[in-house]
Amino acid sequence: MENEKDDTLLLVNNISVVYSDVIQVLKGVSLKVPRGQIVSLLGSNGAGKTTTLKAISGLLKPENGKVTDGEITYDGAGIQNLSPEEITRKGIIQVLEGRQPFKYLTVEENLRVGTATRPLKPYKKDLEMVYHYFPALTKRRKTMAGYCSGGEIQMVVMGRALMAHPKLLLLDEPSLGLAPLVVKEIFRIIRLINEEQHTTIVLVEQNANMALKIAHYGYVMENGRVVMEGEAKDLTENPDVKEFYLGVGAGGTARSYRDVKSYKRRKRWL
Amino acid sequence: MEFFLQLLINGLSVGLLYGLSALGFVMIFKSSSVLNFAHGQLLAIGAFFFLVLVSWLQLPVALAFLVTLAGSFVLGFTVERIFLRPLIGEPLIFVIMLTVGLSSMFKGLLLFFFGGNLQTYPDFLPASLGMQFGGITIAPVYVASSLMGVTFLVLFGLFFKYSPQGIFMRSVADNQTAALSLGVHVKKVFALSWAIAALVASMSGIVLGVINGINVHEISSIGLKVFPVVILGGLDSIGGAIIGGIIIGLLETFTSGYLSPSLRDVIPYIVLVAILLVKPYGLFGLVEIERV
Ligand SMILES: Nc1ncnc2c1ncn2[C@@H]1O[C@H](COP(=O)(O)OP(=O)(O)O)[C@@H](O)[C@H]1O
Ligand SMILES: [Mg+2]
Repeated sequence: MENEKDDTLLLVNNISVVYSDVIQVLKGVSLKVPRGQIVSLLGSNGAGKTTTLKAISGLLKPENGKVTDGEITYDGAGIQNLSPEEITRKGIIQVLEGRQPFKYLTVEENLRVGTATRPLKPYKKDLEMVYHYFPALTKRRKTMAGYCSGGEIQMVVMGRALMAHPKLLLLDEPSLGLAPLVVKEIFRIIRLINEEQHTTIVLVEQNANMALKIAHYGYVMENGRVVMEGEAKDLTENPDVKEFYLGVGAGGTARSYRDVKSYKRRKRWL
Repeated sequence: MEFFLQLLINGLSVGLLYGLSALGFVMIFKSSSVLNFAHGQLLAIGAFFFLVLVSWLQLPVALAFLVTLAGSFVLGFTVERIFLRPLIGEPLIFVIMLTVGLSSMFKGLLLFFFGGNLQTYPDFLPASLGMQFGGITIAPVYVASSLMGVTFLVLFGLFFKYSPQGIFMRSVADNQTAALSLGVHVKKVFALSWAIAALVASMSGIVLGVINGINVHEISSIGLKVFPVVILGGLDSIGGAIIGGIIIGLLETFTSGYLSPSLRDVIPYIVLVAILLVKPYGLFGLVEIERV
């Protein structure tokens, strides 16, 4: 038991989340995130992945959402419903879905906002570290982020988060809408950050294929619940996951989105 | 020609002041989307506070000026904490109505303490501050106002461009959720923008008080010139606010010099309407960066 407490950085225990006091979105979600690992959270649109991340990072509050049940334990202490100011200072940083740079700030100014949890401390070394992981940003440092390409912006928002020295990094769909080669590069860097900085990572993805390649463990969410979990390699082998999230049918052919939807319908009514 | 240059210089120095005062207004708007209808009263409070220190308490001018700056900074901070903070998360229209309420409250308090008569500062600007170029004389107050305007605009420019706090403030104006996700204290940023707004407003209030005398109604209504200024410049552009201020200042002085002083307050609005017909987001409003 003691051993488990040491190894587990984040424990989400049976949480429910309600928006605007009436819209229940999460219905008893539990996750365990061991120190130093990459845990992937998979599931289709609207499954509640983003909501789960926001419950952890405290960003539900500005959206009028609330954890009404269950606990979130981080480093041995309860953090549910703390403010984002407090949670970020404990070392949990979320990279928002949909790539949200500060458009009118330069790339380097974007990175400097990442020092908000420790203002007035030196940050030059951290800038170097970010440029080391994302060399493409080096020659863009003086460019307004709004004018960068999608891949560069993804690097800016991840680099910005690294500037905060996160112990737990929450990544929300980093691959969404990026070209395949760029996706590959982004995932390579995520794995590198995990290995070299020992940053624990929760990786939300719809691209299960890529995510399970770098994750140690995975959860599949549907409709506000966790419906499946397991070691990444076991999930990759799982026939359901194969068929509906890896896009590989029983015969090895790709299945269309419509089939996934009918799967959801079947699950709901049967 | 000399007359023209004279007007140009006066217009520029008054315009800088308008720009400085508008900077405060734009900052509050950019960080929290609140239109501050009590802005004019912030100018008036600064002017009267300085009057109390200089005329009643007889403090040395420089000290009185510094105390006024510090005092208005604290006032802005406090106003945000007491009145605005509880409304964070409520619909914006409530918050804007609150600033309308604040403006009446401040005006009432000022009238209660100082009455509605015109008051003047003792003549404290040294005559040596005035300048003479050929036939053009620049009165000391215009020299002082230009110096102050330029100094503070440069200082704030550097602050926003390079200081951590300045960058955090811009990040909140840019994308509040993203700023929150990185641990930026958004509420502190709101409070700081009110504090800075009150500070620049009171500086403008003092100089306008030197130029026109101090009267609650008068200074409040001059303060409300931020509306044409910021609409002209683009509501969300700090650089635009400054240029908008200069344009309005020039228009006013040229109108009263060449046409008639009574048209002074009208022409800027006519030009404003004309410009808005062509550029609805103002001259320098941010064009949304859209990528696909
Ligand atoms: N602020 C909100 N208010 C009300 N409902 C919301 C809000 N945000 C998300 N939802 C709802 O919660 C559900 C899960 O959303 P989300 O967590 O974004 O899913 P995912 O990230 O897996 O696509 C969706 O049905 C969505 O409509
Ligand atoms: Mg999502």
